[in-house]
Amino acid sequence: MTSDGSAAAGDGPMAAVDGSTAAMVAAPMLAVRDLRVASASGTIVAGLDLTVAPGETVAIVGESGSGKSMTVKALTGLLPEGVRATGRMELPGRAELAQGSSGLSGRAGLVEGRSGQAGRAAPTEEPAGPSEPTGRSRHAGSSGHVGSSGHVGSSGHVGSSGHVGSSGHAGSSGHAGPFGHAGPAGRSGREIDLAAQGTIWRDVRGSRIALLLQDPFTSLSPVHRCGEQIGWAISGRGRAERVARLLAEVGLPADVAEKYPFQLSGGMRQRVAIAAGLAADPDLLIADEPTTALDVTTQHEVLELIAGLQRERDMGLILITHDLRLARSRADRIMVMYAGRLVEEGPTALVMDAPAHPYTARLAACDPPITHRLPVLPTIPGSVPQPSSVGAECAFAARCAFAVDACRMAEPALAEVAEGHRAACLRPETAGLPVDVPPSPAETVPPPPAVAVPLPPAATVSSSPAETVPSSPAETVSPSPEHSGRGREAAASLFHAGEDQGIPASPLLSVEGLAKTFPGSAVPALDGVDLTIAAGETVAVVGESGSGKTTLARCVVGLERADTGRIDFHGTATGARRVQIVFQDPYSALNPGLTVGTSLAEALRAAGRPKSEVGELLELVGLPAAYARRRPRALSGGERQRVAIARALAPRADLLVCDESVSALDVSVQAQVLNLLADLRRRLGLTLLFITHDLAVARQIADRVYVMHHGRVVETGPVDSVLGAPAHEYTQRLLASIPAAD
Amino acid sequence: MLAFVLRRAGATLLLLLALSLLVFGLLYLAPGDVARNLLGTRNVTPEALAQIRARYHLDDPFLQQYWRWLTHAVTGDFGTSIRTGRPIGPLMLEKTGITAATAGLAFLLSVLVGVPAGIATAVRRGRWLDRVLVTVSVVGVSAPGFAIGLLLLYVFALGLGWFPIYGTGEGFLDSLWHLALPAVALALGLGAFVVKLTRAAVIRELDQDYVTFARGRGLSEGATLRIVLRNAAIPIVTSLGLMVAYLFGGTVLIEVTFALPGLGSLMEESVLFKDIPVVQALTLAVAFVVSAAAFLVDLSYLLIDPRVRARAVRR
Repeated sequence: MTSDGSAAAGDGPMAAVDGSTAAMVAAPMLAVRDLRVASASGTIVAGLDLTVAPGETVAIVGESGSGKSMTVKALTGLLPEGVRATGRMELPGRAELAQGSSGLSGRAGLVEGRSGQAGRAAPTEEPAGPSEPTGRSRHAGSSGHVGSSGHVGSSGHVGSSGHVGSSGHAGSSGHAGPFGHAGPAGRSGREIDLAAQGTIWRDVRGSRIALLLQDPFTSLSPVHRCGEQIGWAISGRGRAERVARLLAEVGLPADVAEKYPFQLSGGMRQRVAIAAGLAADPDLLIADEPTTALDVTTQHEVLELIAGLQRERDMGLILITHDLRLARSRADRIMVMYAGRLVEEGPTALVMDAPAHPYTARLAACDPPITHRLPVLPTIPGSVPQPSSVGAECAFAARCAFAVDACRMAEPALAEVAEGHRAACLRPETAGLPVDVPPSPAETVPPPPAVAVPLPPAATVSSSPAETVPSSPAETVSPSPEHSGRGREAAASLFHAGEDQGIPASPLLSVEGLAKTFPGSAVPALDGVDLTIAAGETVAVVGESGSGKTTLARCVVGLERADTGRIDFHGTATGARRVQIVFQDPYSALNPGLTVGTSLAEALRAAGRPKSEVGELLELVGLPAAYARRRPRALSGGERQRVAIARALAPRADLLVCDESVSALDVSVQAQVLNLLADLRRRLGLTLLFITHDLAVARQIADRVYVMHHGRVVETGPVDSVLGAPAHEYTQRLLASIPAAD
Repeated sequence: MLAFVLRRAGATLLLLLALSLLVFGLLYLAPGDVARNLLGTRNVTPEALAQIRARYHLDDPFLQQYWRWLTHAVTGDFGTSIRTGRPIGPLMLEKTGITAATAGLAFLLSVLVGVPAGIATAVRRGRWLDRVLVTVSVVGVSAPGFAIGLLLLYVFALGLGWFPIYGTGEGFLDSLWHLALPAVALALGLGAFVVKLTRAAVIRELDQDYVTFARGRGLSEGATLRIVLRNAAIPIVTSLGLMVAYLFGGTVLIEVTFALPGLGSLMEESVLFKDIPVVQALTLAVAFVVSAAAFLVDLSYLLIDPRVRARAVRR
């Protein structure tokens, strides 16, 4: 039972102040205060407040290691062994909410009022009354802004940057939480100690909060029928009808109930999972990367479905995602987490268009645009620190171009920069500054002035001048990184000029009529694929799962054998020097038992090159030579992928096949690796066959693109024309499915 | 589905055929002259040798001999024992009961105790019950069955006098009483295996996403555990099938330790006396049981795992 009830009278005046705007927004159905998660090895989430109103979508955005997944696990009491949470969570009953939103409750009015102008229930917490002293000591710093936002009308802090000073004010007011009168009874409101374990969560999970997981391929039991799985959370009679109704609600035919998950596509499985999650009629759905494992077109459908269900059920939604673009298109409010800390939160439009934390701005900039190619992708130097390793400083300071000494002296508290928009930054104004101010010369290079492109001497194209010939790598290599932008642009412009010429001359690899059907499969994986790659060219093959793009890559590398068709290498190289591959998952691509040096030396030996080149290889991919002594588990995902690239480079192969090589990486790391590949391409004259599902990535790296669908190439051409003016219906559909970047 | 079953049955039969060839080859693989070997430890005279050669058709081609032996074996005629001079078929048959009872009892005990214990340890991973049971099962796995058997005999039969020291007993309850100690001795090692395998299988399933999802949508721990067990059943059943082979190895030692006149003892004596026809028959019988167990495990996949079922239907 909450102790705040006794202080209920304290907020009367505020209710009077804020109640005037109470009409439009409902009171929060979830209010979390001072959530902290820690394991034996240190902090994972360092204090977080969170509210969600019925019908509201709150996106928690962050890269891996930001603590976003642990946050939602803590909210459902599902933390792994050895990880503990503290904090309080209030869940008002539906009845109380209804009461609150009908204006009968002053407290609800308070909450509504605060968020009224922003159109959302914005502030995340109510400072507890003095009768609840536990866990409040570290909280003082952050409660300041809460106080100020809670007292918008009276404290006059709006818009000023120094909110921290008002913390005393918050502490003294002692008004109740939004559901101060929440009773102890089960179905009505309740307050939960997040440190609790065991049966208390039984009342929360399912009927109050349901958790939807990322991967529909693993989140359903493989040996139970879908209907059965949906029905588990339904008790009593009429289960079959309810299952049928739920299936209809998620847009699936009724016979899916009799099917097993393995008989369904990824999108259908996720629909089944959604139906199962909704079976107990939760007030709040937490979706942890619900579409990351799905294809683009399916992603769109599933997100639309969730949005529709949310509207119908007036359900709150917490959307955990790494994808700012997705958050922008779906969320009412965005919370940005970094290294276990909330660094910025606010209404979507404000956070996205006027970010108040440099990290948010940089993260958004890392997302490759689909509409055009950037000479060099913006990145964030360095990597996300362990939350526990961050001391009394801004966690982002080490990677921030705008950090000043004060940033490293104390951890900045969340401060309001606009109505409902808060950031934990001492210099929120810097976030709006151009993001491509180079933090280090190697990271971002301003586009160089146009320079005459060295032409390959052996240009042999008949119709037009040599510009139409793909730059033979040896000639166009710019050895120093200072020229990094140029070769790319040159190549791009070359292909622009040559796009009417069809396939470029001097192919390195040509694939003709490739077909393959896997045993036991009714549909062919490859159904007559033709593909050509010129030396020095980067060709992207895009498509969804099941399109055959990975089978094509594996056939080219020799990991699969095609049923019919030809694969011809026109280069002189043989064996390992012909083609190498970089896989998707850097975590499983390296032998965990071998040091990086041993792995690389092995690859060098296979190519007949001396072991001594390990250091050189590592430096080639931007890692210090000392990494040779490390084991993969001591490396971050991006570093591992660099090692995997170094290993593929060891034989100096003519062709490098990248099979979804950046898909498993965080956006900022993805940008780094894409830049690295572009840079390697220039320096080494690499020819790349890039397999990806991500059209934006294809846009950034490829000269030409092949769009595959059901084992066939449905469209091909220069990347600008295919993605800029798609001719095939399927390509258009793919492009339309991508959340609008605006 | 039926095609799947038939194909599996066919594969099992082929395997048995190959094994029988090996088993028959035992006669030739054993060092020394075949005829001499067939005489066992009896005196060797040229007449006896010639008699043996004629009786066993040793001068026929190998495959012909094999075929003759196999066609007889299928009808239960494994020839005569060198040691006892009796036909092997009835000899084995009368000893099968005791072995089947001991092994079956041990198997039941180890499964009925081992599987629940394995589940309990997996659910309480890292807590004291887990540690205790895991430690005990390490001891159980590493202690040889006959040693445990001797210990049990010493404590419960000789010391406390709760159980008979030897003999097979008459009637169901009496037999059970007599076979209890051997079965327990056999079951301890086996059960420890079952505990470890079950624990590993359940823990792996507990770490799966679908468990998190089940909990995350409000299913009770009991309901979640039922889902987990259905999934964990596949590796558990697989290992139980494999354990049947282990069971027979253990039975030999246990029967000798407890002086039980079963197939294990027969095997031991026959090996000692170089009674090769009996060894052949016994080996074939064991091979048959192990193959049959593997066949049953394969069939059980059809029941447990819909993915296997779907594949079986599709082919």
